Amino acid sequence: MPYVFNTDDERSEMLAAIGAESIDELFNCIPQDMQLKRALNIPAGLGEMELTAHLQALSTQNKSINEQTCFLGGGSYDHFVPAVVDTLASRGEFYTSYTPYQPEVSQGNLQVMFEYQTLICQLTGMDVSNASLYDGGTAATEAMLMAMRVTRRTQKVVVASSVHPEYRQILETYFACIGTEMVVVDCGIGTMQAAAIAQVVDEETAAVLIQNPNFFGNVEDIATISEIAHAQGALLVCSVDPISLGILQRPGDAGVDIVVAEGQSLGTPLLYGGPYLGIMACRESFVRRLPGRIAGETVDRNGKQCWVLTLQTREQHIRREKATSNICTNQGLFALRAAIYLSVMGPQGMQSVANLCTQKAHYAAAELIQHDRFELAFGNGFFKEFVVRDTQNDVQQLLHQACENNILAGLPLGRWYDELADCLLITITEKRTKQEIDDLVNILTQ
Amino acid sequence: MRNTQATKLIFELSQPGRSGVCIAESDVPNQDPAEWFPTGALSATPPPLPELTEPDVVRHFTNLSTLNMSVDTHYYPLGSCTMKYNPKRNERIAAFDGLAQIHPYQPEDTVQGMLQLLYGLQNMLAEISGLPVVSLQPAAGAHGELAALMLAAAYFREQGENRTIVLAPDSAHGTNPASARMAGFDFVTIPSCSDGRVDIEKLKEQLNDQTAVFMITNPSTLGLFDDQVREISDLVHECGGLIYLDGANMNAILGITRPGDFGADMMHFNPHKTFSGPHGGGGPGAGPICVTAELGAYLPKPIVGFDDSSQTYFLDNNRPKSIGRVRSFFGNVGVLVRAYSYILSHGPIGLKRIAENAVLNANYLLSQVSGFLDVPLGNRCMHEFVASAESVGKQNGFHQPAMDIAKRLLDYGYHPPTVYFPLTVHEAMMMEPTETESKQTLDEFAKTLETIVQESPEVLAMAPHSTIISRPDEVQAARKPIMKWTPKQD
Amino acid sequence: MNAEELLYCPTHEWVCTTEENGETLAIVGISAFAVEQLTDLVYMELPSVGNQVTAGQEFGEVESVKAVSPLYSPVSGEVIAVNDELADQLETLNDDPYTAGWIMKVKLSGALPETLLDFAAYQKQCAESS
Repeated sequence: MPYVFNTDDERSEMLAAIGAESIDELFNCIPQDMQLKRALNIPAGLGEMELTAHLQALSTQNKSINEQTCFLGGGSYDHFVPAVVDTLASRGEFYTSYTPYQPEVSQGNLQVMFEYQTLICQLTGMDVSNASLYDGGTAATEAMLMAMRVTRRTQKVVVASSVHPEYRQILETYFACIGTEMVVVDCGIGTMQAAAIAQVVDEETAAVLIQNPNFFGNVEDIATISEIAHAQGALLVCSVDPISLGILQRPGDAGVDIVVAEGQSLGTPLLYGGPYLGIMACRESFVRRLPGRIAGETVDRNGKQCWVLTLQTREQHIRREKATSNICTNQGLFALRAAIYLSVMGPQGMQSVANLCTQKAHYAAAELIQHDRFELAFGNGFFKEFVVRDTQNDVQQLLHQACENNILAGLPLGRWYDELADCLLITITEKRTKQEIDDLVNILTQ
Repeated sequence: MRNTQATKLIFELSQPGRSGVCIAESDVPNQDPAEWFPTGALSATPPPLPELTEPDVVRHFTNLSTLNMSVDTHYYPLGSCTMKYNPKRNERIAAFDGLAQIHPYQPEDTVQGMLQLLYGLQNMLAEISGLPVVSLQPAAGAHGELAALMLAAAYFREQGENRTIVLAPDSAHGTNPASARMAGFDFVTIPSCSDGRVDIEKLKEQLNDQTAVFMITNPSTLGLFDDQVREISDLVHECGGLIYLDGANMNAILGITRPGDFGADMMHFNPHKTFSGPHGGGGPGAGPICVTAELGAYLPKPIVGFDDSSQTYFLDNNRPKSIGRVRSFFGNVGVLVRAYSYILSHGPIGLKRIAENAVLNANYLLSQVSGFLDVPLGNRCMHEFVASAESVGKQNGFHQPAMDIAKRLLDYGYHPPTVYFPLTVHEAMMMEPTETESKQTLDEFAKTLETIVQESPEVLAMAPHSTIISRPDEVQAARKPIMKWTPKQD
Repeated sequence: MNAEELLYCPTHEWVCTTEENGETLAIVGISAFAVEQLTDLVYMELPSVGNQVTAGQEFGEVESVKAVSPLYSPVSGEVIAVNDELADQLETLNDDPYTAGWIMKVKLSGALPETLLDFAAYQKQCAESS
């Protein structure tokens, strides 16, 4: 047993010290009729060599995005991860450490959290950030619950249909338990319309949730929507793409009250969907309602600058059923990855990557629509994703053809939107070369 | 020897004009983005992030890492956290291209290996728990609790029953009542007896047709197996309620007993505890839940299925009674891959050895400290035990006994046990050595504790003395929270 | 104000009445015993002016680093003033809980509840619970 120390001799010594005859005796507190009389029916244990071979075999049965060109997006993105992120995040002192309950021996983690929180505020233009939530979807949900606490309105929220379908599913699941009404505003033309929102937002509405860029890749008119929400005393919650903030207006400057995001794009690979990084930041006045851990600056008994977990009375271990959330374990290691990524990218790096994404996406869109088969589904400004309509309505054939050529061409939107069953969501990150884009266009227009 | 320059805040290390990356020019024609977006959509300036070179970043974070205690560097007996060794083979495996570089929306026929792994994990967790239907979706233990309570709510709604109350013992982890609230229930606490077990009489008083779920941690947060669990399950089932097992302490009973066999209807695992997932400075974790066949219909979807006719694995979304989604994408797959590797590294014999050695180590440590620290709940335990520093503190005039002893342990190179939890023991120190520690470490640790409790109150009150900071002012941090760096105003 | 002249809740809030502009007002605070039990206070959540409070029900919260304690109103009525300065100067509760440390003023609707304790009875209760 490679990880257990006790030799047979040591076991005997220990049992003698305990005053027990055998290890079995230590389990006497478990009634015999509850104890298993057989071995667990799971595969026999493998040594490292066999284990590695087995997992290698499973791994090669998957086609990674290094063997295919990835034009898939929809909340999980093939952005470039600089090597330093992996090197630094794989240091044992980071990844095998725990929640910083003893600040004197966790200054590394606490300072990282403080830096991460600052970087998120710099990126989004908000006043205060927490130290992470599970993912973008649960972050959006927690933000809506937080808005309900802040406004003391628990009856109703308004959500755009252009918000990620899975995020809306999560909201439905959570709200089913607490009886909150979720009004979904249709964004048939690709973005939220001010008139449509104004019709449904009233003084019972706790918050309006939009996504920018939205699920279709389109840029929303945040400022107008924020006015409509605020006029009724509702908060504006916006889910953003952190990479887009290299060039798009910061949500804090546009009237957003709570910003959430999926942080996977900031230095984390695809990982088949997780672990990822839930980002949440808000206005200073709401901070006592913010869920999740928060690192704060203070001094020690000698006046030395240091960091601690703060405002812990919001959290479950103190406030229990009145906590801002039940969250305990968060995504600390992924907040570290994001902090390293943002540190090494800097303002110029973020601006360049965002620019590359949108330049290439617009190039791809322009090339595709030169062919009769394709048209843009929406006429709005898009960032790095766009929805293209197949006028021959045979999206499955296109995807199949592309797959045969090792191309993941895009997401078939019929999966979530009936009216877009003839459409694909195509995503272009800074990793997609002109050649790859040209190849995509060629394959789809054969 | 410490590099105090490199550990300044990155914002203080920033120099205008520095950059850590060199991004190539666009290989497609570069146009003016202003044409593409509505007015006001673009920012006039890039985000005001710090400007650092790559060596800056490496030196900064590498030095910061040395300011942490971790399992790789120190003994870390935090009760209920199961700080066991994190195997490196799991790290190598989880980084394989075919496991790490796959998009969650790829067509299922391109990820059969991953689906097979996840299906295999579902089956292994079902066998270990004794509960046949499994969801790998929740992102952490607390998230699993919430998902399970939500599915209980859906189950009762379908039965046409209006049950509003979730109960748990007073020793329960704070996530239990918090999760109950989020799932729309009221929460009632059941007192424990002086021996740490659930007070059955008090429980009986609270059981009625409003009872939805009784949440139990077994072994409990006091490190004891409550042998009344069958009786408790029967009582709760009789009044129409369900039993939820908080699986945080599964390390003590792997291969010995199973929640499904002692009356649980639902449970969660913490793979980042029991199955060696690294804790990452606060996460990630995962919170897979296992439930009875009847409740399986309500699990979050999708779960992984296997189609016999085509011999392929698939994501089963055809689950009409499912409560829906509790997170985006499939789950914390990276953590699940490590759990799968870990379980396969051990097999049935190995898992049982884990429980045996975890329990042996805890009992041994108990025997070594009980000479000078009270262990209020007796001289036997499961994988952890709770000591109380109250009386040794009173005898020796310690100001805050558990806190002071914990802080002094830092000087001796140990991460302290959990302190002040569970709430039912005064000056609590909850110790969980885990199976991946040696008798030598436990002996040294016990001797150190014995030394510490004989030191002067002043030395303890000012401890730690040898760490880079000591006794941070948490009052100031909470009164005037400073949660980000701001540039100094001149 | 003199602690001995005040009335107390079993939950450690104090109250006294006063006449202001022809109206009977109740002034509410928390006792020195409570402040000591709570240790270093970091935050207080106060009601808003205009809120209704009900005798025996929560009207706010006080927090230390590791604990949260609800504040229960001794009286029923409308909140007409809160001590906003207190939020930034929680030390006042340690220094002067009975005068400068007042928390809210309430326009009474009805008489003071009869269940309030006088100083002696309150002291006795505190001694018994220690």
